[in-house]
Amino acid sequence: MIEQLLTLVWTVTKIMMIVLPITIAVAYFTYFERKVIGYMQVRRGPNRVGPLGLLQPFADVFKMLFKEIIIPTNASRFLFLLAPVLALAPALTAWAVIPFDDWLVLANIDAGLLFVLALTSMGVYGILIGGWASNSKYALLGGLRSAAQTVSYEIAMGFALVGVVVLSGTLNLTGIVQAQSGSVLSWFWLPLFPLFVIYFISGVAETNRAPFDVAEGESEIVAGFHTEYSGSAFAVFFLAEYANMILISALAALLFLGGWLSPFQGLPVLGETFLGAGGIHWFLLKTAVFCFLYLWFRATFPRYRYDQIMRLGWKVFIPITIVWIMVAGLFRVLGWYGA
Amino acid sequence: MSEIKNFTMNFGPQHPAAHGVLRLILELDGEVVERADPHVGLLHRATEKLAESKPYNQSIGYMDRLDYVSMMCNEHAYVRAIEQLLGIDPPERAQYIRTMFDEITRILNHLMWLGSNALDLGAMTAFLYAFRERENLMDTYEAVSGARMHATYYRPGGVYRDLPEQMPRLAESRWRKGKDLERMNRWRQGSLLDYLEAFCEDFFDKVDDYETLLTDNRIWKQRTVGIGVVSAERALQLGFTGPMLRGSGVVWDLRKKQPYAKYREMDFDIPVGSNGDCYDRYLVRIEEMRQSARIVQQCIAWLRQNPGPVMLRNFKVSPPTREEMKDDMEALIHHFKLFTEGYCVPQGETYAAVEAPKGEFGCYMISDGANKPFRVHLRAPGFAHLSAMHEMAKGHMLADIPALIATQDIVFGEIDR
Repeated sequence: MIEQLLTLVWTVTKIMMIVLPITIAVAYFTYFERKVIGYMQVRRGPNRVGPLGLLQPFADVFKMLFKEIIIPTNASRFLFLLAPVLALAPALTAWAVIPFDDWLVLANIDAGLLFVLALTSMGVYGILIGGWASNSKYALLGGLRSAAQTVSYEIAMGFALVGVVVLSGTLNLTGIVQAQSGSVLSWFWLPLFPLFVIYFISGVAETNRAPFDVAEGESEIVAGFHTEYSGSAFAVFFLAEYANMILISALAALLFLGGWLSPFQGLPVLGETFLGAGGIHWFLLKTAVFCFLYLWFRATFPRYRYDQIMRLGWKVFIPITIVWIMVAGLFRVLGWYGA
Repeated sequence: MSEIKNFTMNFGPQHPAAHGVLRLILELDGEVVERADPHVGLLHRATEKLAESKPYNQSIGYMDRLDYVSMMCNEHAYVRAIEQLLGIDPPERAQYIRTMFDEITRILNHLMWLGSNALDLGAMTAFLYAFRERENLMDTYEAVSGARMHATYYRPGGVYRDLPEQMPRLAESRWRKGKDLERMNRWRQGSLLDYLEAFCEDFFDKVDDYETLLTDNRIWKQRTVGIGVVSAERALQLGFTGPMLRGSGVVWDLRKKQPYAKYREMDFDIPVGSNGDCYDRYLVRIEEMRQSARIVQQCIAWLRQNPGPVMLRNFKVSPPTREEMKDDMEALIHHFKLFTEGYCVPQGETYAAVEAPKGEFGCYMISDGANKPFRVHLRAPGFAHLSAMHEMAKGHMLADIPALIATQDIVFGEIDR
């Protein structure tokens, strides 16, 4: 009994050790976003709350918490409040199988990749239900768009990951990273370059970020699925969106850029030093690079139209991924890459 | 099978992409627009009626508030109507100043349009870039008239006062200091003309910058090419003017066809589109910004060489100087009459139009010989453009509506009047 209790406490502690840093990462990702986009747009971004505006995320959090959650009169109350939870829960749960380092993972399960895919596709229910339950025309359109978009890009994304599985021969995320060890050239981005690009673009589409942010395209449907949300209910949606962005970035780093492996691995000069050895710092750095790409896209590109996104997904990405899976299979058979 | 009804949606007046107070009722079939029904009147301020109740000069300020992103062009049309009825011609220098400020206004307007068009289609950055340049031009408005937007600078018989010899500099403050301040004041060491010259020189590069962000961008093209196509013939039938008409391939520009002010002396080109879609209108407006900068440069060159009066010395319509009033009884009387009663305009009617940034802005004026107009009608280009909204939007998707609103460059101040 005591032993079980201890296991429980230890597991909860481990969960907190993942969830809390992620929440803080989300907070500072919003700060980072506003700063980066600010400087790209010849302005300064937040610089009033705390030194360099560093306390801005907390000010935002408290503001959100103290705001009233307005539930529209004809909304479905239960679903309206359930939706943000449904959006956030999978976004955080998926982190359970993400390995931060060789040994640093909450649940090292064999079907890790499948688990991640399953959970990320769950997130769309939150958006769909939120859009439907609000009983608002803008929200409904946003929800519908998002559902169609996520489902389409799920396929391209799934296919892109098949390539990774073909080369690594495992669904276990730690195993996938280990299959890439060697040097920068043995990471999967090189043999699977088209899949790598498609994976990340699909990831941007999955998370409804610019230039694929039609689900909340402010110039067409006000704020899309979360038009009617306010206060902490809105904050939860927001948290889910950013947690998903970081998750997609982390996955891109794990699957194509060798996770925690060092790019200088195998260089005799560096050996087992800080630069030469793999470690969590490499993983975080790679994730941050992808996070930055998200922001860069947002500052640069105009928004796609809804039907154009569909066309891109179905007519461009899916055919390319199917072809490249064959190519990856060929690599494997010829023994150029993979175990 | 149950009957499938269309989806009706309110696009504005409280909508982030409905420019101003546009209320657009959309009938949607899925995401495809079946009917777009623009409702106007939410910003109606009875400008035309108000103008009937006050002396001529006092309505100039109201003209600024019509199309509030191309202020001086509106003034120009109104002031020209009065001048035509009075039969007076402003001095040459005033004409050049007006030409220059009309073009500055065109750049101001097109920058605003560029920014909001890009923002409506989701490209945020161009918006802030455009506003950076816009701020610089606003400062020239401020330098000549004291107001950054509602200038009231043009007067019947000339302009309110000559260009300042010293461009105002920014003062040091907690936020502007050191190198930043130096950089911001770099252009402001000399006169207004020096400042404008530096601006124009720099501006061509800036326009190239905007173009690198948008012109060849695949997403931008997908969002604008083939959207809201209006044929040349149909554009004429619908009463389009300005870039909306030229985007469809009709070579029509009042600055060339019915030159006013000093446009006859200016060397500039009229860009014309060919397909009549949003992309062509975008290209036309971008090129117009470059041409406007060219005209401003030519005006600067002339204005440097030729000092002179900027206001007619006709005390029936323009006030005498303060100095003259000190020792000339007659000047004092003129001043008093002018600022109490105004001036009487001979009986008649006239129509004066200018090529405002959005199209032909006209002022139709009837005078019964009193010191107030009997009737003023203002022809706003945006009104004709907005009327075509349904025709342009039908069959397009919901996401194209912001693109159409943006390409029409709608400002409700002038549509509702």
